[in-house]
Formats: sequence, structure tokens, C-alpha cells
Amino acid sequence: MRAALAAIVGLWLAACGAAPAGPNMDAILAAKPAPSLADYGLFRDARGREPAAGVVGYDLSNPLFTDYADKHRYAYLPEGQAATYSDDDVFEFPVGSVLIKTFAYGERYIETRLLIHQADGWQAIPYIWNEAGTDAVYAPIGGRMELDVVGYDGVQRAFTYAVPNKNQCKTCHQNGDELVPIGPKARNLNLSEVNGANQVADWAAFGMLEGAPDTVPVLPSVWDEGADLDERARAYLDINCAHCHKPSGSASNSGLWLEWTETDPVKIGLGKHPTAAGRGAGKLQLVIVPGDPDQSILAFRMASQEAGIAMPELGRALTDAAGVELIRNWITEMETREEE
Amino acid sequence: MIQKIAIGVAAAALLSACGEAPNEAADTPVVEAGTIAAGENFAADLQTALIEAEPGSTVTLPAGTFQLVDGLSLDVDGVTITGAGEDETILDFAGQTGAGEGLLVTSDGVILQNFTIRDTKGDGIKSKGADQIIYRDLTVEWSGEPDESNGAYGVYPVESSDVLVERVTVRGASDAGIYVGQSDNIIVRDSLAEFNVAGIEIENSTNADVYGNTATNNTGGLLVFDLPDLPKIGGHSTRLFNNNVSGNNTRNFAPPGNIVAGVPSGTGIMIQANERVEVFNNTLADNRSVHVLLVTYSPEFEDERYNPTPRNILISQNSYERGGYEPQGALQLLGLALGGQLPDIVWDGVDRWQGGEAVELNLAIDEAETVGYASLGLTEYPLDPANLAPDSTRPTGTALERLPEIHLSHDK
Repeated sequence: MRAALAAIVGLWLAACGAAPAGPNMDAILAAKPAPSLADYGLFRDARGREPAAGVVGYDLSNPLFTDYADKHRYAYLPEGQAATYSDDDVFEFPVGSVLIKTFAYGERYIETRLLIHQADGWQAIPYIWNEAGTDAVYAPIGGRMELDVVGYDGVQRAFTYAVPNKNQCKTCHQNGDELVPIGPKARNLNLSEVNGANQVADWAAFGMLEGAPDTVPVLPSVWDEGADLDERARAYLDINCAHCHKPSGSASNSGLWLEWTETDPVKIGLGKHPTAAGRGAGKLQLVIVPGDPDQSILAFRMASQEAGIAMPELGRALTDAAGVELIRNWITEMETREEE
Repeated sequence: MIQKIAIGVAAAALLSACGEAPNEAADTPVVEAGTIAAGENFAADLQTALIEAEPGSTVTLPAGTFQLVDGLSLDVDGVTITGAGEDETILDFAGQTGAGEGLLVTSDGVILQNFTIRDTKGDGIKSKGADQIIYRDLTVEWSGEPDESNGAYGVYPVESSDVLVERVTVRGASDAGIYVGQSDNIIVRDSLAEFNVAGIEIENSTNADVYGNTATNNTGGLLVFDLPDLPKIGGHSTRLFNNNVSGNNTRNFAPPGNIVAGVPSGTGIMIQANERVEVFNNTLADNRSVHVLLVTYSPEFEDERYNPTPRNILISQNSYERGGYEPQGALQLLGLALGGQLPDIVWDGVDRWQGGEAVELNLAIDEAETVGYASLGLTEYPLDPANLAPDSTRPTGTALERLPEIHLSHDK
């Protein structure tokens, strides 16, 4: 019987896989999300491993921390169209573009989030994989799942993984009244060692990007210990915090703005009193006390896993231990610098 | 036999996955905005309805107590969420493990009414950038004794214009029960705030009417503040009138670090760093530190836009009964210097900041001669007890033209 089942499945896969339709623009531009990720034709296989023609893998110099999950990113742009380059902002993608991000622990795929650029703006659409990894279904309210998995750091952990709902997607992807992508900015994509080429140059050469200058802003790798500590810490805050902590983000009212381009020390948290932190302040007085990470709310909230205290509020159940250590070192070093 | 069935199911699943028209809309999880059924899928059904609600529709909550693990959120304009009544529909977040608040609203024209939100880990209900919102006939509370681990704000509209809060009850917030921040055009009325650190607080906001409320058993009853280093500063034009502000003698249980942690237990009305505030026709009774306190923001700041003083303030025709009899917190020592008691109205006497010149604050007190007043004469911060120079001579400010009544287009 098992052999018979395998045969049926084999036949079906062959039949289904024989039509490499490629990305389905009707599904991409439809008013309502498709029931299954497979309906978009973004992958050639049901398991979401092999991108369809025109679906291009990419990496970010510093990824957002999500419970030690691996992330697989792809971009699809409508044939013959290109994104427009910007030095500081997310590239402007043509309508019909799809940004795809799969969260996985090794071969165990958890969820795939789509950002689709439709005529009236970007849509954030979450899909959750079944346990067998054969289908990912539309999950507007996200979900929670008990996982016992090995993270990218090689450590096995049992925890409750939370897939954000559609509104929670917007919380992080908000820019004023719009929903926008976060990752694909020049400074995040400017990586030299992707497929043996510089990624921005590669996108331009592929015809996916127009207007790219010769000199592109670059972020240091957060984990490059040879790089400047201040720049590493600011790069970490930029990708992990600044999507909300910016003037047009959902934490704008805090006045704590953590973008790479922010220069005002108080806005970055130095000597800044908490605004509406409540017990999130952890009985501490200031966001950053130079030289004293134990007295700095920033480090306290990053280390917490408790709702109402933990930052970021969404997208993690676990603590990024390496991130906390980096930020603590950065705060510790501040005083040393002032004394120099 | 069992195996056959398994194959049948598997084949059917495969066929449907393969054969389905790819651009067909998802139909499985759709819940029309409407009445949410009580039951084990309540939380999922409710959040689905809030995501898929049509603009202008109503989501109705059934009677019952419902345990929620995740925060709820609404981002569709014009949606009304209505329960079966504050005592009937209770959303209980005691087991919350995700999100910073119980309910987050980020769309305009929303009405929230007739339900209770209880024991959230962070704030109760937050609305951000949500214009023309109405909070009506709601209870937001933390059960048990006032506690540092309670959420910060009960009702928390921020960065919004046209905010109406009416007939709302908030108790137990470790910061402010009803807190309106960085907003414009605000009415808070006919509400009850009790056992919070701050009962009702208007902060970094403009054009607010606060009236008909009862603030009792808080640390401080009504607060009007302005803080530096926020996107919107320069709070002005707030009227506090016809409120009952009594017995606000609960210990200050705010986590240190938060601005309200400095509010002395037993404060009736406190105005810090704001322009044009009118306090009239309120009933103040049994606030042990002081009934009305006017102070300058005392920490150092670098924000050049910021003026830390209370200025163009009018205190008029309020009733005062037994207050200032046992000053607490920062007022304790100052109270001792004045013989252990404070008069009804106290100004810190600070009229300059960070080495600058004295400025004219125009504090106007229009009260019967029997109403006590003192300036502490501190002149400037940081506080230096040597500067203490109490003076009961009333300031000679004159009332400016009275502020107009607030009208909200959506208040019918």
C-alpha cells in the first residue's frame, strides 16, 4: 500500500511539475490573497525550494533576528521592469513585484511571508507551511506553534514560535500611512560575495535595478569583530529596531529613533528618559547610560522575553544573545571613549 | 481499510491543491464582520473579523469572559467594536504572551464600546494615528491591588486628532488610567479613573476639554504635562472643569524612570510645563499632599524647542476641602519647611531654566480669599533646598481670553 501511495504521489508531482507556468500575475494582483503559496507559481516545486524563472534569491548584510530562524529571500519583478535605486530608502519596486521571505530551521520550513506590490500599495500576506513541508496556506491571523528545533547557531531549543498576523506585519512595515518593505535598501543589499558578485551591481546587470551609482552606501557586518563597534551596533539597531523606531514608524511617539542615519544622541537614547514604557523601563531611568549597560533600558528590553517588556514587541519569542552582548559592549565602551 | 481511506484523503488533498484555480480568493478563514461566536475559536475568529472587516462595519462581541493570549489589532477605518456591556463582555489577558497591549487601533473613525479589557501585560487599549476615535462605555482594569507590574496606560490614544473618551472606567494602571499623548482636539468626560498612578493625563497635547470626570484613589488625579524630546511638544490649551478630584492618596506604584513616578501621592491636579491651562469649577477634597500643584519640568534637557514652565494658567472657582495635610514624596520635606502642611494651591516658584533669565509665567488665581496659596520660591532646578523661600502672596497674573469649548466633528 505504501508503494501504491508513493506511486500516486509520484505521478501527481510529475503531472503538476510538468507545467512550469512561472509566476502567476493574476494571483499576484488579485484583490484577495491566494489560498496556497503554490498558487502564485513563485516556486517550481511544492516545497518552495526551487525558485521559478525570474524569482531571484538575495541576501541582506544584516538580517533581523527572528528566533534563530534561517531566512531565504527572493525577489520577483515583472518581466522587463526594474526597481528604482535610492541611497537611503527602500528601492522603488514596480507594481507586480513580490518579495518573498521563508523562515526555516534547516529543512523544516515554518512560514513564508509575501510582500506584494499592487496598484494601491504593498500587501503583506503570511503563509504557514504544513508539518510535512508540502504546502503553505494563507494565514491572515498568523498563528503560534510549538517548535523544538535547531537554530542557525546550532543550538536546539523548544519554544513557542509566533507567526505574525496581517496587522502585525503592518506594525513593522509601516511608513507613515503606507506599508513598505524594510530590507531591500542599498545599504542592506550592498554585499560583495553573493554568487561571486556585488549584489547591487548584480541586480543592475540583471536589469532588476536602474539608477544605481558607482558608489553605494554600505553597512558593516554586525558580526565582523574587526569592524568599528559603534558602526556595528548602529547597524544592528538599524535592521532590528529602526523599522518602528523612526519618525514615520509605529514607535514614532517614543521619540527614540534608531535609524543608521540618525545623528542626534538624545534620539538614539543617550540620556533620554522613557516616554510610555511603563514597567518596560525596568525601574531604570534612561534609555542609554553611557558606560553602564545594566542601567540602560535599551539593553534591558532587548534581553527580556516577557510581553510588555520585550523589544522588539513582535517577531521574537527568544532573546538574541549575541545582539544583546553587542549592544551591551557598545554601551560599555561609550564611557571609555568619552574619557579618551 | 484504514490505509485506503488515507490514500483517498491524500489524493483528494493533492488534487485540490493542484487543480484549484490559482487566482481564486481564499475562502477558508473568512469571517464576516458580525457577531463573533463564543467558543474555543473566539480569539482567532475575532482577530480574523478585525482584519477582514469592511470599512464602516460593526464587529459584535458576545457576552462572556474570554481568555486571550495575543494582543488584538484593528487597522480598518470606521469599524465599531461593540460588546454586550462592560459587565457582560470581558476580554481577559492574564495569560498574554504577545504584543505590547490588549487592543491596538491604527485606523480612523473607530468606535470601541460596551466591553471590558482586563489584566493586559502592557497597555490596555492603544490607538495610534487613529483620528476621530471614540472610547465609550468601556472598562479597562488590572485586578488586585495597585501593582508595579500592571500595564502602563489603560486607555492610550496617541498621535491622533479628534479623540473622544466618555463614560470609561480605568483602574490599576501603573502609569496613567486615561492617557492622551501627542494629540490634538480632545474630550475626556464623564469617566471614572481610580487606583491608577495618574488618573487622567493629557500630555504633549493641544486643545483638550476634561470635564465631568471622577478621579479618586489615584496617586495624582488629573495631570497636564509637557515633556521634551518627543515628536510633538508644546502642549497647550487644556480646560479641566466640573471634575470630582478627591482622595487621590494611593501610594505611587509607578516603575521608577517614568515621569509619573515623581508625582507625590496625594496630588489632586498637577500641571507641569504647559501653556494655557484653565482649572475651574472642580471639586477637590482629601488630597493629602496638595490640591493643585504647578511645577516646572526639573531634569536637564537639550531640546531647544522646549519650555519647561507652566504658563498662562488660570485657577478659578474650584471648591477645596481638606488637603495638603500630609505632604508626600518630593513635597514631604518642602511641606515640613512650611510647618508640615501645604496650602490648597502650590507653585514651585521656578521661573527660569538651565541658567537662563527669569520669565513671566502669568499665573492667575481667581479664588476666594480663604483658598490657601504658596510659592515655594525655588527659582530654578536642580532643586536646592537653600533656595526654598515660601511666599503666600498670590501671583498677579491676569486671565487671558477664555479658551473656547472643544467641538469634535464625530461627537453627535
